[in-house]
Amino acid sequence: MQERQASQGVRRAREFEAFVAGAAGRLLHAATLLTAEAPDDNPRACRLLTLSLAHTYACWDRLGGEDPYACARQHMAARFAREAWHQHGLGRGRPTPPGTLAALTPQERLVLVLRLYEGVAEEQAAALLGLPPERVRVICDRAITLLTHPPARPAPAVRGPEVARS
Amino acid sequence: MNRVEREAAVRRLLEQTPPQVPAELYADVVRRGGRMLRRRTLARRAMWLLLFAAVVAFTVWALTVRPWVEPPSQTTPPVSDW
Repeated sequence: MQERQASQGVRRAREFEAFVAGAAGRLLHAATLLTAEAPDDNPRACRLLTLSLAHTYACWDRLGGEDPYACARQHMAARFAREAWHQHGLGRGRPTPPGTLAALTPQERLVLVLRLYEGVAEEQAAALLGLPPERVRVICDRAITLLTHPPARPAPAVRGPEVARS
Repeated sequence: MNRVEREAAVRRLLEQTPPQVPAELYADVVRRGGRMLRRRTLARRAMWLLLFAAVVAFTVWALTVRPWVEPPSQTTPPVSDW
């Protein structure tokens, strides 16, 4: 009995290691985009990824046929949304992060990364974030517009403080 | 630029400069995940133990108190036909 359990543990560890080896790079890139940190200095993204992967590890036996990558991604998105909500207004004095998506708010980053980087369908992203699909589309369009035509619009002047805060 | 082109441009922007995965990440994940699993197992065991203790306590109480038995009458019925 114990022997079987041990061999099961070894198999499980091997499977999980293979999963991490395959998925960690892409997930870390997504996490770095979410936290808008520089690619070579991303402690928050590493922490986010570690916690989501640890959660996936703890759920590994109960996943059944579910995709572990989707599980980790979902947990990461939920955790990031929660953290962004708690830190809303805290980072006022923080310097603007150096990442690609630094000009966007955390919610815009989350929607953009889920929709365009991860390729999650609009309805799924909406269900994951607890928003109506139309709202997800609007946020995504706004983020795309902000990235492709950065300033030179009346809107950024109004959004100025909010952008600096995120 | 139409919508598709803009989406493609943003996708290209997102794909640049992937970060390096730190080497100690896997060990850290397994340590934290293992701790989470152990905690869950402990919590589940504690819950079952509590449930078992509650069942035992209820059974003992029910067998000693016997709440379903009618309590003996406190008043004497009036005596007639003496």
